[in-house]
Amino acid sequence: MAILNKRQKEDVEIPSSSLADIAFLLLIFFLVCTTIDVDKGLKLVLPPPDVTQEQIHKKNILNVLINDVGEVLLDNEIVNVRDIERIVRDKMAENDKLIISLKTTRLTKYRIYIEVLDQLKRADATRISIAEPEEV
Amino acid sequence: MAVQIKRKTKLKFSIPTASMPDIIFQLLIFFMVTTVLREYTGLQVTLPEAKKIEKLESKRNVSTIWIDQKNRIVIDDVTVKYEKLTELRNIAYQKLVDNPRLIISLRVDEGADMGVVIDVQQELRKANTLRVNYSALQQVG
Repeated sequence: MAILNKRQKEDVEIPSSSLADIAFLLLIFFLVCTTIDVDKGLKLVLPPPDVTQEQIHKKNILNVLINDVGEVLLDNEIVNVRDIERIVRDKMAENDKLIISLKTTRLTKYRIYIEVLDQLKRADATRISIAEPEEV
Repeated sequence: MAVQIKRKTKLKFSIPTASMPDIIFQLLIFFMVTTVLREYTGLQVTLPEAKKIEKLESKRNVSTIWIDQKNRIVIDDVTVKYEKLTELRNIAYQKLVDNPRLIISLRVDEGADMGVVIDVQQELRKANTLRVNYSALQQVG
């Protein structure tokens, strides 16, 4: 009955040598997948508060007005929002001192304003000024 | 006659490094748990879309103003009443004093009226916080 004497003790062990590798893989996976929500948007520098009314030659100003219903007027002409980029680009090519004065009414929706501002940015306009609306 | 003393008994002396990864992981977890990312929830807004948008370089210099469709205004964690917008000027000015490189991020609902935005901008101008950023989402197509 010597067979019973055989010690049947098997070493059962989970291999833990690759644990670190697995942890690192997980770490890298989450590192790659995580997107930190960054704030993106259109940058603008507001005009300083008590600016003395600088006299800019009228032909160097391009007036952009957005009215209550969201129509855009470029120098008193109604234009399509999508055409602004092209028109402004042309005008800037003609006159490199061009300053764009962006004016809205109080009831203009913010979405239109951003659309127009985006169009101006797309036309690489850097000199954008925000004008106060006329008080009604 | 230099007497050379040969020391046979070399002292074996080493710091056990086997548990180093564990320690590092524990440190990592500790800092992960204790780090609080300062983030304000603000108001629920639907941001407009734009194409030519830029990233804000550093979150450290950014203060956020939310304006929602009902013309409610929140700056970082303070609610400002529309009727008392001068408070906004003081808050913005204080923030500018604390950090001269301040950028105001305007998270305005796309349906908000420009009137509120203009008023907020006027207060910001008076507080001399001139660098603003209109938060927008990337337009697709």
